[in-house]
Amino acid sequence: MTSAATWGGIAAIVITATTGDVLQARAMKEIGNLGVIRKTHGVLEVARRILISPWFMPGLFFMALAFFSLLVTLSWDDVSIVGPASASLTFIANALAARLFLKERVDHRRWLGALFVACGVALLAH
Amino acid sequence: MTFRRYLVLAAVAVFASCGDVCLARGMRGFGVVTTANWPQLFGIVLNPWVLTGICLLLLFFGTYLTALSWADLTYVLPATALSYVLMAFLAKLFLNEHVTVSRWLGIALITVGVGCVASGPAVAPAVRPHRERHEAEVHVGSGARGDA
Repeated sequence: MTSAATWGGIAAIVITATTGDVLQARAMKEIGNLGVIRKTHGVLEVARRILISPWFMPGLFFMALAFFSLLVTLSWDDVSIVGPASASLTFIANALAARLFLKERVDHRRWLGALFVACGVALLAH
Repeated sequence: MTFRRYLVLAAVAVFASCGDVCLARGMRGFGVVTTANWPQLFGIVLNPWVLTGICLLLLFFGTYLTALSWADLTYVLPATALSYVLMAFLAKLFLNEHVTVSRWLGIALITVGVGCVASGPAVAPAVRPHRERHEAEVHVGSGARGDA
């Protein structure tokens, strides 16, 4: 039986992972095509631009938080419920967050894709 | 989308799944993490499997950021979800985990979802006021196919 604590942990993973992904995506969108920057300015310039981006470090921080939330929640319950539940819910949360905060246009094709992937990941638990 | 970009997306999936499997393999030697033995976790970084896993996950992070620099988050995440399928195969091969019927069904669903998203445009125009929207669609639609 999955306890309230486990679901709280899963919620924490989903929220921190989504926040991290959205912040990283925001950073990369602002920096622009890394391949082009590498060709014209070199690898060090790519690293510099990523590190000075105001979105990158907070994004990394939230990704680390998501990782530790996962570790803690895994100590409360089985990996077969925590892993797929958090991963599939993160797909849905990311689609919502990208629509809201990154103003990405999530069309039917992408909603359907995210839904299929989320269901598939949930099935991998069994 | 060029062939090279599909290669980057494939690399994201391969590095993520191989990295996770290496970490899982390395952690098997460690056993259960408790409040008494957690400082030993720092020592496990020297385990060759864990070390390989960390290197692979760094490569994953690099390719993931590259993909995000030219594609939407709602494109990159589902398009690289094949990593879950790869992970199931790798777990069967190297960790001797059993792959059940419902897992195969899950793998099929993920593959369909990936196909749905990956065949569409990598960058969709931002949500704009109604009047501007049509123009943005035309612009990005032609740009997403033509660039390098």
